[in-house]
Amino acid sequence: MEIYLDNNATTMVDPKVVEAMVPFFGQMYGNPNSLHKFGTQTHAALTKAVDQVYKALNAADADDVIFTSCATESNNWVLKSVWLDHIMHGHKNHIVVSEVEHPSVLTTCRFLEEQGVKVTYLPVNDQGIVEAHTVKSFITDRTALVSIMWANNETGMIFPIKEIGEICREKGVLFHTDAVQAVGKIPVDLQAVHVDFLSFSAHKFHGPKGIGGLYIRNSQALSPLLHGGEHMGGRRSGTLNVPYIVGMGLAMELATQNMSATSAKIRALRDRLEDALLQLPDVFVVGNRANRTPNTLLISIRGVEGEGMLWDLNNAHIGASTGSACASEDLEANTVMLAIGADSELAHTGIRLSLSRFTTEAEVDAVIDAFKKAVGRLRAISSSYAKVQPTHS
Amino acid sequence: MARDSLIGGALWEEYSTEVQRRMNTPVHMGEITQEEADATGDKLIIADFGAESCGDAVRLYWLIDPKNDTIQKSKFKSFGCGTAIASSDMMAELCMGKSVDEALKITNIDVEKALRDTPDVPAVPGQKMHCSVMAYDVIKKAASMYKGVDMSEFETEFIICECARVSQDTLREVIKLNGLTTVEEVTDYTKAGGFCKSCIKPGGHEVRDVFIVDILADVMREVEAEKASKKIIEARGNGDFKSMGLVQKIKSVESILEEYIRPTLKADNGDVELMDIVEEGEVFNVLVKYKGECISCSMNTTTTLAGIEDMLKFKLKAPIKVIVT
Repeated sequence: MEIYLDNNATTMVDPKVVEAMVPFFGQMYGNPNSLHKFGTQTHAALTKAVDQVYKALNAADADDVIFTSCATESNNWVLKSVWLDHIMHGHKNHIVVSEVEHPSVLTTCRFLEEQGVKVTYLPVNDQGIVEAHTVKSFITDRTALVSIMWANNETGMIFPIKEIGEICREKGVLFHTDAVQAVGKIPVDLQAVHVDFLSFSAHKFHGPKGIGGLYIRNSQALSPLLHGGEHMGGRRSGTLNVPYIVGMGLAMELATQNMSATSAKIRALRDRLEDALLQLPDVFVVGNRANRTPNTLLISIRGVEGEGMLWDLNNAHIGASTGSACASEDLEANTVMLAIGADSELAHTGIRLSLSRFTTEAEVDAVIDAFKKAVGRLRAISSSYAKVQPTHS
Repeated sequence: MARDSLIGGALWEEYSTEVQRRMNTPVHMGEITQEEADATGDKLIIADFGAESCGDAVRLYWLIDPKNDTIQKSKFKSFGCGTAIASSDMMAELCMGKSVDEALKITNIDVEKALRDTPDVPAVPGQKMHCSVMAYDVIKKAASMYKGVDMSEFETEFIICECARVSQDTLREVIKLNGLTTVEEVTDYTKAGGFCKSCIKPGGHEVRDVFIVDILADVMREVEAEKASKKIIEARGNGDFKSMGLVQKIKSVESILEEYIRPTLKADNGDVELMDIVEEGEVFNVLVKYKGECISCSMNTTTTLAGIEDMLKFKLKAPIKVIVT
């Protein structure tokens, strides 16, 4: 049995989504901007996808939801265009983000710092979240943008987006949220929270890779990142990726309809896994369950280095992660673990298990078994669990 | 960068079969107790290196026969990734049967080579090479404990690249001999900086004081300076200005002007031209002509002139007087 518990990195495309996409490759392949029938016959499906996306996010008709290639593009777009519009050609000079944002935000901020922008990287508390009052105290009259993620990719911890949105509105500062780990996992209602910009990506909720979006409240101004033809009302040029847009629309609908029932099922499996693993001695889980995305579990195992643990799980045909998949080549200490002030000895011991609506109880039980075996084997090798200690000076 | 680096590497697929085998079933993993040492009359050494907070820690156990300093038995325990466990296992194996002094000669490169499946293919990808360094360091720690000396006694060289074990002296020598000018060339010639890359410039995996970029810049500066003085020496022939022929004298003066004077003058859009050298008793009159901004510069008969004269006098060790024509 092969078990995939790395759904915060990417997800399986729902077979229904694949099915919906197929006709737009070989049959209805026209360019939607063409005048002929080949082009116009794609319009019904595109309109449906737009409806599905607006409904899932509860966006207003006056808002824009622009399709992009991924959330990395959306994040780059907001940060770079706010810099252009409000800092380079304005009187602002400052951006506020959290220190645990995705690399597409942090690396872009470092780039902007090289261009002279002041960036504040806000710390997280022992629960791994940025508190609203922390955001408030760092906003100055020259702050152009606050960008705080809705849920963290590594811990699953949910940030107080409603409160932060209110603070930004009061202070008259633009607010962006990277909602990649929230959309499709927890309710995202854009009428209930005040955000100016919101990024999302289809492959995190069983849609295809290479398609995402940026929500823009009230169609407000933001210089384009990609200039070109009049696609997406001129806001984001590039021929519309019809099959992927169709796929994302359906994936979003499937992820958000009956969300409470689906997430209750995922949460129950996650809790079953978490409870079982917490029976192991010297392990701890980051962040309380109530305020975490229902599919995520970041567990730290004393004395067992993360990559070693992944190795053993992989041998047992289980896919997990030590943290952000983008960073897994670097094999560095988990930044979130360091940020939440975990014992530094535990910084290299975090394992992230992330479930999906396709995860089964049998899979969870098999993971529990394999996980315990791996911990047993690696602790037997570990110097941290050695019995014979040096008698040194 | 280029085609090979477009898609992230499959890190684990680059591990040799031997690395994978030892990660899955380490042979020398375990501990040695004092009771065991007492039973055989051997000396037990337990050495720790690294820390969990750094991501790698290893503990090495040795049973040493004190009569001939031979390592009878060697075991390890390790907190670390696959590479760290596999290289600790191989390191423990390589120590066995060797004298402590022989064991000290084992480097992380020996360990890595022993883990290869085929002689030409590295056992681990470059960025994992630093995980094997620990295995080398812990031997030194164990040996220092056995000999009752400080670990630093075994480190006679200042190592810049821990992965490839390249010292500062080696780097300087290779850069100089081959006239290297880029980090890529340094890596090609010495392998330094080819693995985890943290020794190339600040910001890498490990904290360090001296980086390859610093050494490269420093040696390049040195080489340039030497080249310049070599030119002057060549120009001076046997070095005695007085006994030079006129052509040789002109060459010598020209080389000093070019090396030390013109760059400064040109920075202010000026220049100086050598017109003639005329012997007048014991003194050599060097006749020059200002050009560009120097012609109208207020300092052309004071500071600038004195500077030129001093430079020629000191460098050529001859009684020289500079006259503007």
